[in-house]
Amino acid sequence: MNGKSMRFQAKVQVWLRSGIADPEGNTVSEAINALGYPGITDVRMGKIISLNVEADSRESAEKRVSEIATSLLSNPVLENAEIQIDEA
Amino acid sequence: MTAKSVGIVVFPGSNCEYDVASVLEAMGVNTQFIWHGQRNLEGISGLVLPGGFAHGDYLRPGAIARFSPVMSSVVEFAKSGRSVLGICNGFQVLTEAGLLAGALQKNALLKFLCEEVELEVASARSSSTSLAETGQRLRLPINHFEGNYTCDPDTLSELESNDQVVLRYVENPNGSMNSIAGICSKERNVVGMMPHPERACDDLLGSVDGLHIFKSFASNL
Repeated sequence: MNGKSMRFQAKVQVWLRSGIADPEGNTVSEAINALGYPGITDVRMGKIISLNVEADSRESAEKRVSEIATSLLSNPVLENAEIQIDEA
Repeated sequence: MTAKSVGIVVFPGSNCEYDVASVLEAMGVNTQFIWHGQRNLEGISGLVLPGGFAHGDYLRPGAIARFSPVMSSVVEFAKSGRSVLGICNGFQVLTEAGLLAGALQKNALLKFLCEEVELEVASARSSSTSLAETGQRLRLPINHFEGNYTCDPDTLSELESNDQVVLRYVENPNGSMNSIAGICSKERNVVGMMPHPERACDDLLGSVDGLHIFKSFASNL
Protein backbone atom coordinates (compact mmCIF):
# COMPACT_ATOMS: atom_id res chain seq x y z
CA MET A 1 0.00 0.00 0.00
CA ASN A 2 3.17 2.17 0.03
CA GLY A 3 1.93 5.72 0.13
CA LYS A 4 -1.10 4.83 -1.99
CA SER A 5 -3.49 4.01 0.81
CA MET A 6 -6.41 6.30 1.44
CA ARG A 7 -8.39 6.91 4.58
CA PHE A 8 -12.15 6.72 4.69
CA GLN A 9 -14.79 7.04 7.30
CA ALA A 10 -17.61 4.57 6.91
CA LYS A 11 -21.01 4.72 8.57
CA VAL A 12 -23.12 1.60 8.66
CA GLN A 13 -26.78 2.14 9.51
CA VAL A 14 -28.62 -0.96 10.65
CA TRP A 15 -32.42 -0.99 10.48
CA LEU A 16 -35.03 -3.64 11.07
CA ARG A 17 -36.36 -4.75 7.71
CA SER A 18 -39.77 -3.48 6.72
CA GLY A 19 -42.38 -6.00 7.79
CA ILE A 20 -40.42 -6.90 10.94
CA ALA A 21 -42.20 -5.57 14.01
CA ASP A 22 -40.25 -2.78 15.72
CA PRO A 23 -41.52 -2.67 19.32
CA GLU A 24 -39.04 0.04 20.33
CA GLY A 25 -40.06 2.26 17.42
CA ASN A 26 -43.73 1.72 18.25
CA THR A 27 -43.17 2.65 21.89
CA VAL A 28 -41.30 5.82 20.96
CA SER A 29 -44.07 6.63 18.48
CA GLU A 30 -46.67 6.30 21.24
CA ALA A 31 -44.59 8.55 23.50
CA ILE A 32 -44.42 11.20 20.77
CA ASN A 33 -48.19 11.02 20.34
CA ALA A 34 -48.66 11.24 24.10
CA LEU A 35 -46.62 14.47 24.08
CA GLY A 36 -49.17 15.86 21.65
CA TYR A 37 -47.01 16.35 18.52
CA PRO A 38 -49.18 15.87 15.47
CA GLY A 39 -48.27 14.20 12.20
CA ILE A 40 -45.44 11.92 13.36
CA THR A 41 -45.65 8.34 12.06
CA ASP A 42 -43.38 5.42 11.18
CA VAL A 43 -40.84 5.84 13.97
CA ARG A 44 -38.15 3.23 13.43
CA MET A 45 -35.19 2.53 15.73
CA GLY A 46 -31.81 1.57 14.33
CA LYS A 47 -28.14 1.86 15.07
CA ILE A 48 -25.18 3.58 13.48
CA ILE A 49 -21.73 2.02 13.55
CA SER A 50 -18.84 4.23 12.52
CA LEU A 51 -15.54 2.79 11.22
CA ASN A 52 -12.29 4.25 9.95
CA VAL A 53 -10.97 2.37 6.94
CA GLU A 54 -7.59 2.43 5.25
CA ALA A 55 -7.73 1.08 1.70
CA ASP A 56 -6.23 1.43 -1.77
CA SER A 57 -9.43 2.77 -3.26
CA ARG A 58 -12.99 3.71 -2.42
CA GLU A 59 -14.19 0.51 -4.13
CA SER A 60 -12.04 -1.74 -1.99
CA ALA A 61 -13.10 0.14 1.16
CA GLU A 62 -16.74 -0.24 0.15
CA LYS A 63 -16.33 -3.93 -0.56
CA ARG A 64 -14.69 -4.61 2.80
CA VAL A 65 -17.24 -2.60 4.79
CA SER A 66 -20.12 -4.22 2.95
CA GLU A 67 -18.82 -7.70 3.84
CA ILE A 68 -18.43 -6.68 7.49
CA ALA A 69 -21.91 -5.14 7.48
CA THR A 70 -23.65 -8.28 6.24
CA SER A 71 -21.58 -10.90 8.07
CA LEU A 72 -21.30 -9.29 11.50
CA LEU A 73 -22.92 -5.88 11.94
CA SER A 74 -26.40 -6.91 10.80
CA ASN A 75 -28.44 -10.08 10.70
CA PRO A 76 -30.04 -10.24 7.23
CA VAL A 77 -32.96 -12.25 8.65
CA LEU A 78 -34.07 -9.19 10.61
CA GLU A 79 -32.08 -6.22 9.44
CA ASN A 80 -30.91 -4.15 6.48
CA ALA A 81 -27.55 -2.40 6.48
CA GLU A 82 -26.97 0.88 4.61
CA ILE A 83 -23.40 2.00 4.04
CA GLN A 84 -22.09 5.51 3.59
CA ILE A 85 -18.39 6.11 2.87
CA ASP A 86 -16.61 9.46 2.95
CA GLU A 87 -12.97 10.35 2.53
CA ALA A 88 -11.56 11.11 5.95
CA MET B 1 -15.63 -48.56 24.70
CA THR B 2 -14.95 -45.17 26.24
CA ALA B 3 -17.82 -43.46 28.01
CA LYS B 4 -19.72 -40.92 25.97
CA SER B 5 -19.07 -37.35 26.82
CA VAL B 6 -21.14 -34.22 26.26
CA GLY B 7 -19.30 -31.01 25.47
CA ILE B 8 -20.76 -27.85 27.00
CA VAL B 9 -19.55 -24.84 25.03
CA VAL B 10 -18.54 -21.95 27.26
CA PHE B 11 -18.28 -18.43 25.83
CA PRO B 12 -17.17 -15.40 27.83
CA GLY B 13 -20.53 -14.49 29.41
CA SER B 14 -22.16 -17.95 29.38
CA ASN B 15 -23.81 -18.54 32.74
CA CYS B 16 -25.85 -21.76 32.62
CA GLU B 17 -23.03 -24.21 31.92
CA TYR B 18 -22.81 -25.53 35.51
CA ASP B 19 -26.58 -26.11 35.66
CA VAL B 20 -26.47 -28.14 32.44
CA ALA B 21 -23.43 -30.11 33.63
CA SER B 22 -25.03 -30.85 36.98
CA VAL B 23 -28.23 -32.21 35.37
CA LEU B 24 -26.37 -34.41 32.87
CA GLU B 25 -23.86 -35.69 35.46
CA ALA B 26 -26.75 -36.61 37.79
CA MET B 27 -28.10 -38.70 34.92
CA GLY B 28 -24.74 -40.47 34.64
CA VAL B 29 -23.61 -38.63 31.51
CA ASN B 30 -20.01 -37.40 31.42
CA THR B 31 -19.58 -33.74 30.58
CA GLN B 32 -16.71 -31.44 29.81
CA PHE B 33 -16.55 -27.70 29.30
CA ILE B 34 -15.34 -26.57 25.88
CA TRP B 35 -13.87 -23.07 26.01
CA HIS B 36 -14.89 -20.98 23.00
CA GLY B 37 -11.27 -20.59 21.88
CA GLN B 38 -10.86 -24.36 21.53
CA ARG B 39 -11.34 -26.07 18.17
CA ASN B 40 -10.81 -29.70 19.13
CA LEU B 41 -14.01 -31.69 19.75
CA GLU B 42 -12.39 -35.11 19.79
CA GLY B 43 -14.19 -37.64 21.97
CA ILE B 44 -17.35 -35.51 22.19
CA SER B 45 -20.62 -37.26 21.30
CA GLY B 46 -23.06 -34.40 21.86
CA LEU B 47 -22.88 -30.63 22.33
CA VAL B 48 -24.85 -28.20 24.46
CA LEU B 49 -24.66 -24.43 23.95
CA PRO B 50 -25.95 -23.08 27.28
CA GLY B 51 -27.67 -19.86 28.19
CA GLY B 52 -26.08 -16.59 29.22
CA PHE B 53 -24.79 -13.50 27.45
CA ALA B 54 -22.01 -14.70 25.14
CA HIS B 55 -19.61 -11.82 24.48
CA GLY B 56 -21.99 -9.53 26.37
CA ASP B 57 -24.63 -9.93 23.63
CA TYR B 58 -22.93 -6.94 21.99
CA LEU B 59 -24.36 -6.02 18.56
CA ARG B 60 -27.00 -8.78 18.83
CA PRO B 61 -27.19 -11.95 20.95
CA GLY B 62 -24.94 -14.53 19.29
CA ALA B 63 -23.53 -12.11 16.70
CA ILE B 64 -19.97 -12.22 17.99
CA ALA B 65 -20.13 -15.73 19.48
CA ARG B 66 -20.79 -17.02 15.99
CA PHE B 67 -17.21 -16.07 15.05
CA SER B 68 -15.59 -17.69 18.11
CA PRO B 69 -12.95 -20.26 17.07
CA VAL B 70 -15.02 -23.16 18.43
CA MET B 71 -17.94 -22.39 16.10
CA SER B 72 -16.41 -23.78 12.90
CA SER B 73 -15.96 -27.07 14.76
CA VAL B 74 -19.54 -26.84 16.09
CA VAL B 75 -20.82 -26.40 12.51
CA GLU B 76 -18.81 -29.41 11.32
CA PHE B 77 -20.03 -31.43 14.32
CA ALA B 78 -23.65 -30.54 13.53
CA LYS B 79 -23.21 -31.40 9.84
CA SER B 80 -21.93 -34.83 10.86
CA GLY B 81 -25.40 -35.55 12.27
CA ARG B 82 -24.55 -35.64 15.97
CA SER B 83 -26.82 -34.02 18.57
CA VAL B 84 -26.53 -30.32 19.34
CA LEU B 85 -28.81 -28.51 21.81
CA GLY B 86 -28.85 -24.72 22.14
CA ILE B 87 -30.65 -23.30 25.14
CA CYS B 88 -31.74 -19.65 25.23
CA ASN B 89 -28.55 -17.73 24.32
CA GLY B 90 -27.33 -21.01 22.80
CA PHE B 91 -30.40 -21.00 20.52
CA GLN B 92 -29.59 -17.42 19.51
CA VAL B 93 -25.99 -18.44 18.71
CA LEU B 94 -27.20 -21.38 16.56
CA THR B 95 -29.48 -19.11 14.50
CA GLU B 96 -26.69 -16.55 14.02
CA ALA B 97 -24.39 -19.39 12.92
CA GLY B 98 -26.96 -20.49 10.35
CA LEU B 99 -27.43 -23.94 11.91
CA LEU B 100 -31.05 -23.12 12.67
CA ALA B 101 -33.43 -20.97 10.64
CA GLY B 102 -34.75 -17.54 11.62
CA ALA B 103 -33.71 -15.18 14.39
CA LEU B 104 -34.70 -14.14 17.91
CA GLN B 105 -35.98 -10.57 18.10
CA LYS B 106 -36.69 -8.40 21.14
CA ASN B 107 -39.82 -9.52 23.01
CA ALA B 108 -42.96 -7.96 21.57
CA LEU B 109 -43.77 -5.99 24.74
CA LEU B 110 -40.12 -5.04 25.35
CA LYS B 111 -40.23 -6.81 28.69
CA PHE B 112 -37.50 -9.00 30.08
CA LEU B 113 -39.40 -12.20 30.87
CA CYS B 114 -38.48 -14.41 33.81
CA GLU B 115 -41.29 -16.83 34.61
CA GLU B 116 -42.43 -20.41 34.33
CA VAL B 117 -44.44 -21.10 31.18
CA GLU B 118 -46.46 -23.97 29.81
CA LEU B 119 -45.22 -25.53 26.58
CA GLU B 120 -46.54 -28.11 24.21
CA VAL B 121 -44.22 -30.61 22.57
CA ALA B 122 -45.07 -29.86 18.92
CA SER B 123 -42.86 -32.63 17.57
CA ALA B 124 -41.15 -35.57 19.23
CA ARG B 125 -39.09 -36.04 16.08
CA SER B 126 -35.89 -34.31 17.20
CA SER B 127 -32.74 -35.25 19.09
CA SER B 128 -33.93 -33.38 22.20
CA THR B 129 -37.62 -34.31 22.26
CA SER B 130 -37.49 -37.91 21.05
CA LEU B 131 -38.55 -39.40 24.40
CA ALA B 132 -41.38 -36.92 24.92
CA GLU B 133 -44.75 -37.32 23.30
CA THR B 134 -46.16 -34.99 20.71
CA GLY B 135 -48.87 -32.93 22.43
CA GLN B 136 -47.35 -33.45 25.88
CA ARG B 137 -47.38 -30.37 28.14
CA LEU B 138 -44.17 -29.25 29.89
CA ARG B 139 -43.65 -26.53 32.49
CA LEU B 140 -40.28 -24.82 32.06
CA PRO B 141 -38.88 -21.41 33.01
CA ILE B 142 -38.07 -18.74 30.44
CA ASN B 143 -35.55 -15.99 31.11
CA HIS B 144 -34.94 -13.72 28.13
CA PHE B 145 -35.30 -10.33 26.48
CA GLU B 146 -34.73 -11.51 22.90
CA GLY B 147 -36.93 -14.58 22.57
CA ASN B 148 -39.37 -13.42 19.92
CA TYR B 149 -38.91 -16.01 17.17
CA THR B 150 -38.99 -14.38 13.73
CA CYS B 151 -38.38 -15.57 10.19
CA ASP B 152 -39.65 -14.85 6.69
CA PRO B 153 -43.00 -16.38 5.61
CA ASP B 154 -41.38 -19.00 3.34
CA THR B 155 -39.11 -20.22 6.13
CA LEU B 156 -42.07 -20.35 8.49
CA SER B 157 -44.16 -22.50 6.18
CA GLU B 158 -41.15 -24.71 5.50
CA LEU B 159 -40.58 -25.19 9.26
CA GLU B 160 -44.24 -26.09 9.73
CA SER B 161 -44.51 -28.45 6.76
CA ASN B 162 -41.25 -30.24 7.71
CA ASP B 163 -42.45 -30.68 11.30
CA GLN B 164 -39.41 -28.71 12.53
CA VAL B 165 -41.25 -26.81 15.28
CA VAL B 166 -40.52 -28.89 18.38
CA LEU B 167 -41.89 -26.72 21.19
CA ARG B 168 -44.70 -24.15 21.27
CA TYR B 169 -45.85 -21.80 24.03
CA VAL B 170 -49.38 -22.57 25.17
CA GLU B 171 -49.78 -18.83 25.85
CA ASN B 172 -47.41 -16.83 23.69
CA PRO B 173 -45.38 -14.63 26.09
CA ASN B 174 -43.06 -12.80 23.68
CA GLY B 175 -44.70 -12.43 20.26
CA SER B 176 -42.95 -15.41 18.64
CA MET B 177 -44.39 -16.35 15.24
CA ASN B 178 -46.75 -19.33 15.55
CA SER B 179 -45.89 -19.36 19.30
CA ILE B 180 -42.58 -21.04 18.49
CA ALA B 181 -40.43 -21.81 21.54
CA GLY B 182 -38.08 -24.33 19.93
CA ILE B 183 -37.17 -25.66 16.50
CA CYS B 184 -34.89 -28.29 15.00
CA SER B 185 -32.78 -28.49 11.85
CA LYS B 186 -34.04 -30.31 8.76
CA GLU B 187 -31.88 -33.28 9.76
CA ARG B 188 -33.49 -33.08 13.26
CA ASN B 189 -30.16 -33.39 15.16
CA VAL B 190 -29.74 -29.66 15.97
CA VAL B 191 -32.32 -28.25 18.39
CA GLY B 192 -32.71 -24.73 19.74
CA MET B 193 -35.13 -23.68 22.47
CA MET B 194 -35.68 -20.49 24.48
CA PRO B 195 -36.95 -22.16 27.73
CA HIS B 196 -34.42 -23.47 30.25
CA PRO B 197 -34.90 -27.22 30.83
CA GLU B 198 -31.80 -27.33 33.09
CA ARG B 199 -33.68 -25.18 35.61
CA ALA B 200 -36.52 -27.70 35.85
CA CYS B 201 -34.87 -31.02 36.68
CA ASP B 202 -35.32 -31.18 40.43
CA ASP B 203 -38.47 -31.23 42.57
CA LEU B 204 -36.95 -28.47 44.70
CA LEU B 205 -37.09 -26.19 41.66
CA GLY B 206 -40.82 -26.77 41.15
CA SER B 207 -40.72 -28.87 37.98
CA VAL B 208 -38.83 -31.88 36.65
CA ASP B 209 -40.18 -31.53 33.12
CA GLY B 210 -36.75 -30.48 31.83
CA LEU B 211 -35.69 -34.11 32.23
CA HIS B 212 -37.75 -35.03 29.16
CA ILE B 213 -35.42 -32.82 27.13
CA PHE B 214 -32.15 -34.05 28.66
CA LYS B 215 -33.17 -37.71 28.65
CA SER B 216 -34.04 -37.41 24.97
CA PHE B 217 -30.74 -35.64 24.27
CA ALA B 218 -28.77 -38.26 26.23
CA SER B 219 -30.49 -41.11 24.36
CA ASN B 220 -29.23 -39.67 21.06
CA LEU B 221 -25.51 -39.45 21.84
